[in-house]
Amino acid sequence: MKKRRLDLCGEVCPYTFVKALLVLEEMEPGETVDITVDYPPAASNVPRSLALYGHEVLGVIPRGQGWLIVARKGPKEEDA
Amino acid sequence: MFGLDDQQIRRYSRQLILPQVGGKGQRRLLDASVLVVGAGGLGSPAAYYLAAAGVGTIGLVDADDVDISNLQRQILHSTGTLGKPKVESGAQTLLALNPDVAVHPHRVRLRAANARNLVSSYDVVVNAVDNLATRYLLNDTCVLEKKPLIEAGVLRFDGMVTTIIPGKTPCYRCLFPVVPPPGTVPGCAEAGILGAVAGLVGAIQAGEAIKVLLGAGSPLSGRLLLVDVLHMSFREVSVERNPECSVCREGAVIELVDLEEDCHLQER
Repeated sequence: MKKRRLDLCGEVCPYTFVKALLVLEEMEPGETVDITVDYPPAASNVPRSLALYGHEVLGVIPRGQGWLIVARKGPKEEDA
Repeated sequence: MFGLDDQQIRRYSRQLILPQVGGKGQRRLLDASVLVVGAGGLGSPAAYYLAAAGVGTIGLVDADDVDISNLQRQILHSTGTLGKPKVESGAQTLLALNPDVAVHPHRVRLRAANARNLVSSYDVVVNAVDNLATRYLLNDTCVLEKKPLIEAGVLRFDGMVTTIIPGKTPCYRCLFPVVPPPGTVPGCAEAGILGAVAGLVGAIQAGEAIKVLLGAGSPLSGRLLLVDVLHMSFREVSVERNPECSVCREGAVIELVDLEEDCHLQER
């Protein structure tokens, strides 16, 4: 399965989540992405929001000064 | 990501996270064009929300200049732009809100002679006019050009909105086949209008235009929304295409006419 990376170090909420969502929009269901954040609230906000939007959070791992969030794209929602 | 720069991601973030918009929808809005005919009470809020949403090209059609009696409802204009052409005043306000948007000012009155040319290069048309002659002309033009038309009118405390998808849903003439004789329908100058009513209905028009551009949700087609702000009630009436409609029936030959000039001739 193809793996993507998204470096959001230096970015703050809610744009961490907005950018994560945009990357997921470009992916196929089942694909995973490694998202790195260093804004402390993002470590809990981003996984919570992604789950709310139907994506699966496989892990939130402290890494260096920040965190690695591994997310898998959920099933495609039919528009409207 | 969808060709959006960092500032655009921030500016549109609250709608980017809507599943019906997303990056793909925002790209579509930025690449889209809407013609707002009338930069007055309805056109002001409609164009303002379209610009805020990042609709990339907005055409404004209006031949008038800003008058002090406009400012009670026409929020694109201000005391500082009194006497200026409405399309210039409007363009200035829209660009101040969102420099992403290209505003095309058309300082003309919509006429049979220029209507097709004005409408043809836009994706969606917002009817924000203040007179019946132009309302019928714009309907006929949009049917001819097959352009979705967000039709609305306001008077006193009341408003009416419907979305017309030519060839698929009822057009304005399906609903009102007979043009009322001149002088029988009062205008806002005579009957009055509460600014907030125009604001509400113009915002509904912007919402409809955006939905049509995105292909999201259900357009207000085949339905007439009637708004009564005085008693704050919203009522919906189902409407159907008229198989005998003079402009949108199968095989109809549409001839664009300037009704108002006909009226003047009749008066003489």
